[in-house]
Amino acid sequence: MLQIENLHAAIGDRPILRGVDLSVKAGEVHAIMGPNGSGKSTLANVIAGREQYRVTEGTVRYDGRDLLSMPPEERAKEGIFLAFQHPVEIPGVSNLYFLKASLNAVRKHRGLPELDVVEFRDQVRERVRLVEMDEELLLRSVNDGFSGGEKKRNEILQMAVLEPRLAILDETDSGLDIDALKIVAAGVNRLRGPERAIIVVTHYQRLLNHVVPDFVHVLSEGRIVRSGGRDLALELEERGYGWIQPAAEPYGGEARP
Amino acid sequence: MGNAADQVKGWVDREYRWGFVSPVEADAVPKGLSEDVIRTISARKKEPEFLLERRLNAYRHWLTMIEPRWSTVCYSPIDFQDIVYYSAPKTSKDGPRSLEEVDPELLRTYERLGIPLKEREILAGVAVDAVFDSVSVATTYQRELAKVGILFCSFSEAVQKYPRLVERYLGTVVPYTDNFFASLNSAVFTDGSFCYIPPGVRCPVELSTYFRINAANTGQFERTLVIADAGSYVSYLEGCTAPRRDTNQLHAAVVELVALEDAEIRYATVQNWYPGDREGKGGIYNFVTKRGLCAGRNSRISWTQVETGSAITWKYPSVILKGDDSVGQFHGVALTNNFQQADTGTKMTHIGKNTRSTIVNKGISAGRGQNTYRGLVKVLGSADGSRNFTQCDSLLLGDRCGAHTFPYIEVRNRTAKVEHEASTSKIGEDQLFYCQQRGLSREDAVSMIVSGFCSEVIRNLPMEFAVEARKLLEISLEGSVG
Repeated sequence: MLQIENLHAAIGDRPILRGVDLSVKAGEVHAIMGPNGSGKSTLANVIAGREQYRVTEGTVRYDGRDLLSMPPEERAKEGIFLAFQHPVEIPGVSNLYFLKASLNAVRKHRGLPELDVVEFRDQVRERVRLVEMDEELLLRSVNDGFSGGEKKRNEILQMAVLEPRLAILDETDSGLDIDALKIVAAGVNRLRGPERAIIVVTHYQRLLNHVVPDFVHVLSEGRIVRSGGRDLALELEERGYGWIQPAAEPYGGEARP
Repeated sequence: MGNAADQVKGWVDREYRWGFVSPVEADAVPKGLSEDVIRTISARKKEPEFLLERRLNAYRHWLTMIEPRWSTVCYSPIDFQDIVYYSAPKTSKDGPRSLEEVDPELLRTYERLGIPLKEREILAGVAVDAVFDSVSVATTYQRELAKVGILFCSFSEAVQKYPRLVERYLGTVVPYTDNFFASLNSAVFTDGSFCYIPPGVRCPVELSTYFRINAANTGQFERTLVIADAGSYVSYLEGCTAPRRDTNQLHAAVVELVALEDAEIRYATVQNWYPGDREGKGGIYNFVTKRGLCAGRNSRISWTQVETGSAITWKYPSVILKGDDSVGQFHGVALTNNFQQADTGTKMTHIGKNTRSTIVNKGISAGRGQNTYRGLVKVLGSADGSRNFTQCDSLLLGDRCGAHTFPYIEVRNRTAKVEHEASTSKIGEDQLFYCQQRGLSREDAVSMIVSGFCSEVIRNLPMEFAVEARKLLEISLEGSVG
């Protein structure tokens, strides 16, 4: 589904990613771990198409297509979803309205009819219960005045409604208490399926207790320095990131176990 | 793809949809302004003596005044002798008596403008008085309103039918000496709307006036007078368009509202005069004086305006809070794109005890647009316990536009409480990316964010107007993404 080869990216003149290789197939859950500043969020944002991150080298293919040439809204409509580390506030625009505009944009792209208000409401209500979110938040402005936890749940709600093919969670677990973490994890697990892939970007392994990954990759100084199964996450928890040194040579095509 | 500033560089003024000219024969007085022209206008309209007297007084006073230059708007001097002060569509009789007598070409014009002029559409609930150039061509729903005692007609008709009401209230809120453009209007005004709601009557429909400038080189000087007698209620809507022309046209209107004891007037404007082209050529100069007087105890006046048109907008819909416990409100959105300029806001004058006022203004600047909020909150010594809350927010799109805020606050009473909040923001890359990541185009994202920014004001409009206002904002912003 997603093939990343030798990806280099920079913010301004500062290189962040220095040759990332990663391959994600449908049905898989990948965890990207690594210390602060290792490039985890940059990778997530480059896949989603954020303009401030300049790709300087390498390729990213999504279903065989050149992902990097697609504008961000195109990627979204093709099924790529990014749960933001810092969800953005849009004052005066109701959460419900935003969600409806978003869903209808995606449905239209897929050749499906737009949902009317009633159908949409029913569908959203069901998903709202799933993430145990206060329904009242639907009528408030997008993320405006939401607590940190509410914002994260709102991201998961959007994900549950949009049903993406490739979901990327950018530190969705940060700042969540254990109950909220479980709810977020349930939302992610519900999305798991043979047609979909999930990339979980996280600093800690605790989310991975609930969303069990098929593969774990460790990012350091802009490269994947180690890849493994779930055990790698546990080992990281025990020993920290200190023992993993950036490799002299990037792992390249061997990043996949 | 660049950043937001680059995107905004591509702002293209979408075709102004209301820029057509109707082939209607006009009966106009020659260009220029003199006592003779004023006498001619007054004679054509068969006005009573007091009105001609007022006009001449206003004209003589106007001659002693100089054009104000204190605002931030800039424009080349207006040649007041190069304006046609009276232009009426030609009809075989003195004026249309009913819709059937109205020139079909005029009706087609209003159809293209989307104004529901025909009776069947009026049943939808909007009574329309349509002003075409200088005269009012059709007032719909009149008979139904008359049943509850509401008088709603063109100003000219009111002068003939209800001269005593006109004489009693005209100029009581905006005297002919008020300001340069109000004086000019008082001398040459040609038509407008008149509305009187009798005591205790709640007007069952939204009353509406539609203004249209059609003829070239014509100024539109309309005069609107709304009187809500004790305990009555009325909601009044006003919309405006003009054809696309290379030269600037002057629109200097005066609107006066009078609310007696326990009465409420809600006045909403969606202003979409031709804004000029992308290079700033042409467009309407919209220099308007609007003021309401809360004359009675516990009366309320509320102004809501959405200003997306005109080359220059210069107006401050105000409220004089004379009655104790009276309430004044102003909710405004002003959008300037390309070379448009707006210097707009409100004045709230607290005279009575426990008077309250609220001001919410949202300015949006794009292209090279300049947007100024100017507001005055004045609390006199008599206004014990009065309160004001002001909030003005500015949103900038791109880096060549400007937003300015000039709040004037004068308080002469120790018990008064006055609050002012202001913010200036830019549409953030973060917001745009967030929307795009959810499948929305940049263009849709911009209009959604702007619409959200204005929602507090738009919510204040009657439903059908809110829809129109949102559409107008969207159209004015279209082409923002290169």
